[in-house]
Amino acid sequence: MIKKIKSILIEFAHIHRYLMKFFRELVTPPYEFKEIIRQCFEIGWKSLPLISMTGFIVGFVFTKQSRPSLEEFGATSWLPSLISIAIVRSLAPLVTALIAAGKIGSQIGAELSSMKVTEQIDAMEVSGTNPFKYLVVSRVIATTIGIPILCFYVSGIGLLGGYLSIRIHDQMSFLSFFTQVFEAIGYIDLSAMILRAVVFGFTIGAVSCYAGFNSSKGTEGVGKAANSAVVTSMFLVFLEEIIIVQFLAIFN
Amino acid sequence: MHKPKIQVDTSNVVIDVRKISKSFGDLHILQEVDLQLYNGENLVVLGRSGTGKSVLIKLISGLLKPDAGEIQVLGQHVNQLNESELRELRLKIGFSFQNSALYDSMTVRENLEFPLIRNKRNLTRAEINREVEDVLDGVGMLSSINQMPSELSGGQRKRIGIARTLILRPEIMMYDEPTAGLDPITCLDINGLINEVQERYQTSSIIITHDLACAKTVGDRIVMLLDSKFERQGTFEQIFNSEDERVKAFYDYNFIL
Ligand SMILES: Nc1ncnc2c1ncn2[C@@H]1O[C@H](COP(=O)(O)OP(=O)(O)O)[C@@H](O)[C@H]1O
Ligand SMILES: [Mg+2]
Repeated sequence: MIKKIKSILIEFAHIHRYLMKFFRELVTPPYEFKEIIRQCFEIGWKSLPLISMTGFIVGFVFTKQSRPSLEEFGATSWLPSLISIAIVRSLAPLVTALIAAGKIGSQIGAELSSMKVTEQIDAMEVSGTNPFKYLVVSRVIATTIGIPILCFYVSGIGLLGGYLSIRIHDQMSFLSFFTQVFEAIGYIDLSAMILRAVVFGFTIGAVSCYAGFNSSKGTEGVGKAANSAVVTSMFLVFLEEIIIVQFLAIFN
Repeated sequence: MHKPKIQVDTSNVVIDVRKISKSFGDLHILQEVDLQLYNGENLVVLGRSGTGKSVLIKLISGLLKPDAGEIQVLGQHVNQLNESELRELRLKIGFSFQNSALYDSMTVRENLEFPLIRNKRNLTRAEINREVEDVLDGVGMLSSINQMPSELSGGQRKRIGIARTLILRPEIMMYDEPTAGLDPITCLDINGLINEVQERYQTSSIIITHDLACAKTVGDRIVMLLDSKFERQGTFEQIFNSEDERVKAFYDYNFIL
């Protein structure tokens, strides 16, 4: 028991040191711009098909499920504003973050830990490259920038799904749908979405890199790192969602 | 195959390890180990698996920190350097890893360019290309320049790994089990390459191995790591005329056929 508490505390100390190191390396030159851009591209491009499909389905299904409840009050005309608020305020950031945690998180975790196992990280270190900056900092920056962009994209796709779902039942033009959508959301909603996406993006990048960079030696370390990258990222994303919801309630 | 052994100049010490100890938890790996590498020599470190040979060279290059003791490389105290001084020093040490540690997301060319671009920022594109092709040609791998590491055999990967460290013109080379996992013919090739590197690039090298043929072919001097300490030093013949049971066990095993 005491041993367990001790190991948890040691883990916290490691995480603290890791985060401190991250922010120190973040602000000291040289900057790895090329690698950051390459990572952004990797992250966006690789998860695009999956994230498009999921975003679309979520918008479509959510709209379909909300219809009966609104129908009871004869309020189906409120559907566009309902789905736009739901998607922008919470569905898009959450869906993006969860898909990214699964797809990008596991990839980063596995990639970095296999580089560690095969001594590629040591090889960088001894040949005059700072592997923390080159591998970790660039990936965390890339997820922090990339996931908000993906999140906007998912909102768009999700709303499209919602529109198609409405079209099955009602005659509504594309234009009037989007007019209602944009009337329903304000700057606060958009800023809240960006805030969420940035926090989630940072979390996924930082957690996955931590899992990969500090993985144990041996091939089973690779699987463990990928797994813990995904599980921990998802858990933290939900935890942060709760905190952010409480925090935003103050403004509304 | 046998190269003329060089006369070791003991007045010129490149690596000076004094009384270093290293443990991992309860596992005492090295205890008060002393080791000197002299200018221009090939020093072979022999020892069984798990005796801490890799740990030793990682301590020397500052990848690990010793619990006690002192390490000087080219006159500098490795553990008293700040980050940028350490980086500077490491450029003078070439490190050939046991599994070659090639960057497997990059082609052979990109693997070699990687240290060059990051450490010599004023080189032009043409100079970089010339340098890469030159060094690759030196290890006989120019034809693989556009291949990915996964397409190469173990021996070829080893050559590329060595080329990648040579591109920074190191003064010291450290080879971690250069022949492990290779077939006997390829072993001979790699041993030849190690001797060539010593001659052409004027390096002082530490070669870690448990392969006696390798030790005999490349070593100017041999030390044996036994029970967490270096207990035998000398030429190949001196060591293997020893009466020590632990040395004999090593010898018997290697010549079992
Ligand atoms: N970073 C590390 N953390 C914990 N134990 C380690 C570490 N590196 C090596 N060891 C242990 O030290 C011992 C010696 O390892 P090593 O130097 O790799 O042996 P070898 O002589 O075969 O190269 C092994 O038992 C290994 O498990
Ligand atoms: Mg080893």
